[in-house]
Amino acid sequence: MNINLTIFGQIIAFAFFVVFCMKYVWPPITGALAERKKKIAEGLDAADRAQRDLELAQEKAMADMRKSKEEAAAIIEQANKRANQIVDEAKEKAREEATRLVTAAQAEIDQEANRAKEVLRAEVAALVVAGAEKILEASVDANAHAQLVEKLAAEL
Amino acid sequence: MASEMTSSAYISHHLTNWTFGVHPEHGLGFAHTAEDAAAMGFWAIHVDTMLWSVGLGLFFIWMFRKVAKSVTSGVPGSTQNFVEVIIEFIEDNVSSIFHYKNALIAPLALTIFVWVFLMNTMDLVPVDWIPFLTQKIGEAFGADPHHVYMKVVPTTDINATLGMAIAVFGLILYYSIKMKGIGGFLGELAFQPLGKWMLPFNLFLEIVGLLAKPVSLALRLFGNMYAGEMIFILIALLPFWAQWLLSVPWAIFHILVITLQAFIFMVLTIVYLAMAHEDH
Repeated sequence: MNINLTIFGQIIAFAFFVVFCMKYVWPPITGALAERKKKIAEGLDAADRAQRDLELAQEKAMADMRKSKEEAAAIIEQANKRANQIVDEAKEKAREEATRLVTAAQAEIDQEANRAKEVLRAEVAALVVAGAEKILEASVDANAHAQLVEKLAAEL
Repeated sequence: MASEMTSSAYISHHLTNWTFGVHPEHGLGFAHTAEDAAAMGFWAIHVDTMLWSVGLGLFFIWMFRKVAKSVTSGVPGSTQNFVEVIIEFIEDNVSSIFHYKNALIAPLALTIFVWVFLMNTMDLVPVDWIPFLTQKIGEAFGADPHHVYMKVVPTTDINATLGMAIAVFGLILYYSIKMKGIGGFLGELAFQPLGKWMLPFNLFLEIVGLLAKPVSLALRLFGNMYAGEMIFILIALLPFWAQWLLSVPWAIFHILVITLQAFIFMVLTIVYLAMAHEDH
């Protein structure tokens, strides 16, 4: 139990250890701890942000999909309208064509009829003349009576 | 050991430090007996205390420096993990007691805690192992084994604990004067707690209080460890087949004492230095 120089030896050793610890041990380790704390905070923050981004992206995707559906519906509707229009136009055209064809046919028929009438008229005139000749037994001056015959034929 | 000498000789052998110093008659050299060591007085040094305390301190510094050099803020290795747990424990304690900005306090607390803990832990090494080994080594070098002393627990040497306590006391004085000025510090001693009309009484009370700090620090640690060591020595006097019955429970209980004493020394150091910073 002797108190002696060991005290000073201990004080010196103690001071050395404390100073060494203060200079070379404590700062790097606590620095690393603080850095890790920061990293963890940043990581959590990033995770939060990613979560938010994901939600936003999901919302955006949903909105895009809804919009696309609406667009598709609009396009289909337009296409239907256009198809109906085309059908209508085709119907109209067909009707017009039919009318035209009918008119043309009618005109041709009329023309044919007229032509037939003309032919008939001429034939009737000839027949009338021939008949009259036969009836009168005399020659009828065709020229003299042409006017009359024609008048007759016109009445037919 | 116990069979070769009387119980009291065995105990006193275990309680004697390996001393190197100036003997009034034999001159400079190692003490051969406890009486020699006592005769050397102040101008002697306990070689075993210095050896073990410095060795353990170097071990502490080596381990922590190794971690500090390769420290990463990423995934820590097992050693770094262990060191981090200790450092965070110290940091928690310091920040809850000490509210001033001071780069010294936390490393000081860490050094005290780990160093004292390591020195105390030597108490758990069976009391005869290392002394027996050193006696054999001493014998091999031609020394009388009965004159080879080796106390392996530095904290059972009052010099070790007093040395640390005096260093802490020096810091208390330094920070008291630095934070409050020499006048403020002396004023605190003179005018508290009872005002200026009771100055001598205040001075007496405060100086006793001030001196009690390092003395209590040193004696508390020394007393606890010395008593613990003494009980291990006494248990070692029992027949070898009966020793474990007492030494095992005592060693288990002592784990608590070892940690607690290191912790108390550290916390009281922080508290005293916080008080030194406080301005009343």
